[in-house]
Amino acid sequence: MLKINDLSLRVGEDNTEIIKNLELEIKDGEILVLTGPNGGGKSTIAKVVMGIAAPYKGTITLDGQDITALDVTERAKLGIGYAFQAPARFKGITVKKLLTLAAGKEIPDRECCGYLSRVGLCANDYLNRILDGTLSGGELKRIEVASLLIRELKLAMYDEPEAGIDMWSFNMLVNAFKSLGRERSGSLLIISHQERLMQLADRIAVIADGKVKEIGTREKMLPLLTDLFSRECIRTK
Amino acid sequence: MIDKTNGLTNSDFKILDIVASLPNLPKGAFNVRKNGEAAARSVTENIDISNKADGTGIDIRIKAGTVDENVYIPVLLTESGLDETVANDFYVGENAKVTIVAGCGIHNGGSCGSSHNGVHTFKVGKGAVVKYVEKHYGEGTGDRVMNPSTVIVLEEGAVFELEAVQIEGITSANRNTTAYLAKDAKLTISERLVTSEEQNVNSNVDVYLNGDGSKLQVVSRSIAKDNSVQVFHPKAIGNSACFAHIQCDSIIMDKASVSSVPEICANCADAEIIHEAAIGRINNEQLLKLQTLGLTAEEAEKVILEGFLS
Ligand SMILES: Nc1ncnc2c1ncn2[C@@H]1O[C@H](COP(=O)(O)OP(=O)(O)OP(=O)(O)O)[C@@H](O)[C@H]1O
Ligand SMILES: [Mg+2]
Repeated sequence: MLKINDLSLRVGEDNTEIIKNLELEIKDGEILVLTGPNGGGKSTIAKVVMGIAAPYKGTITLDGQDITALDVTERAKLGIGYAFQAPARFKGITVKKLLTLAAGKEIPDRECCGYLSRVGLCANDYLNRILDGTLSGGELKRIEVASLLIRELKLAMYDEPEAGIDMWSFNMLVNAFKSLGRERSGSLLIISHQERLMQLADRIAVIADGKVKEIGTREKMLPLLTDLFSRECIRTK
Repeated sequence: MIDKTNGLTNSDFKILDIVASLPNLPKGAFNVRKNGEAAARSVTENIDISNKADGTGIDIRIKAGTVDENVYIPVLLTESGLDETVANDFYVGENAKVTIVAGCGIHNGGSCGSSHNGVHTFKVGKGAVVKYVEKHYGEGTGDRVMNPSTVIVLEEGAVFELEAVQIEGITSANRNTTAYLAKDAKLTISERLVTSEEQNVNSNVDVYLNGDGSKLQVVSRSIAKDNSVQVFHPKAIGNSACFAHIQCDSIIMDKASVSSVPEICANCADAEIIHEAAIGRINNEQLLKLQTLGLTAEEAEKVILEGFLS
């Protein structure tokens, strides 16, 4: 179980507080979806958990171990992973190389292809492609997702995995998350604005203004969401 | 038909493997020069290698129509304090298709500087296709200096691919490449340079696109670490309806310095010449992505730099 305790984070020269006294729990095997308005703090929460952004206050524990002071690499080794909202491009690094690094070991081409097809990529064509500007945005995004699917994680965090992805690939993605959910081998944190991904959630949290505005079971939250989004206090800060 | 192999030790072959992918003597034509002398040589029916009468270097003559043969002409310097100048001339006959590998490795275990000044001139006949690979590598305690000059003359329709790699350990290098392209000739230059410590490198490339339909593509990638200094001066001169694209990309680290001073010049309204240059740090997002996969910062950096140079 991952636990975030009274966590606050400031950024920029004027020290703007973008996460404010955050309390959040992700239970073992749970699918938690974070949603909410743009700029609400969803990506920042994932980055703080991954160790990419540092809070000035508060703690994060994983299975009772305080990981607040650990760096990105150490957290990755403990089984935390993050698929970026805007994935990085690399000169000279192939898709196969990235997947090998993600898996932490040599993996046969066939297995790599398996992960790529789970995000709707016709695998053989992509293994030797370079992760540079020649890949389309949607292709890059799906490779980013595959680089997390290939890892065995305690907590996998996907940041708007649906962004820029075509409908057909999105269906594949939903199925991939469904089967991950069924396996219940680790927890999933999905940041999304997509109702179909929210449908997979055990719980849904609405993040706005650096805080959890509402959290609850899918059954409770889905009907609430339409209502919440129409409310001025959530839409604008 | 090996004239001599004397004087080549296991450690020589270790360096030969690095600079010319030669873990042992190859089949076909080669000339291994060690400490100023020919240590091993072999010629074939189509490729002749002979000493110049004035003793300044060798002539390599490749018969017209020679197909898919390789020539290796690596140079080794293993004694400290050597300072040599060599002029090698290549005559590539019409429609020949060959690969030429010319690496230079310096192992300087002493305290005096060692330097190799190589002038390579290529006269490439009509329709010939040449791939020329040149790797430079240095190791040891004394200064290692390399000043390669390359002159390339391409006749009509000739294709020349130059792959220049300065892997590591060269204290100082002055690289000069000059090329003249006739009608429909095509030159591709791919340069990979890594410098560290107090090393410095100057790379000048001057290409004259004289014939209509001639094409130049330069892709230069470099990494500058520590206090090293790199200066690039690529110059494309379009005298015809030609196309040239120069791309210089450098990663700068530590306290290094990189300058890219491009010059493009068109003397013909149909010339199209493009230059792109970028210098920057290792991308932080790339580093973070690899760290989220469990790589340490150092491992991530290594993967990124290797990829950049590949
Ligand atoms: N380094 C930074 N400097 C200044 N402001 C920042 C920084 N990082 C994040 N912010 C601000 O913090 C807020 C939260 O950003 P975050 O990326 O977490 O939002 P989000 O909920 O993921 O939004 P979206 O739905 O658009 O992806 C935004 O207003 C953003 O502009
Ligand atoms: Mg976001």
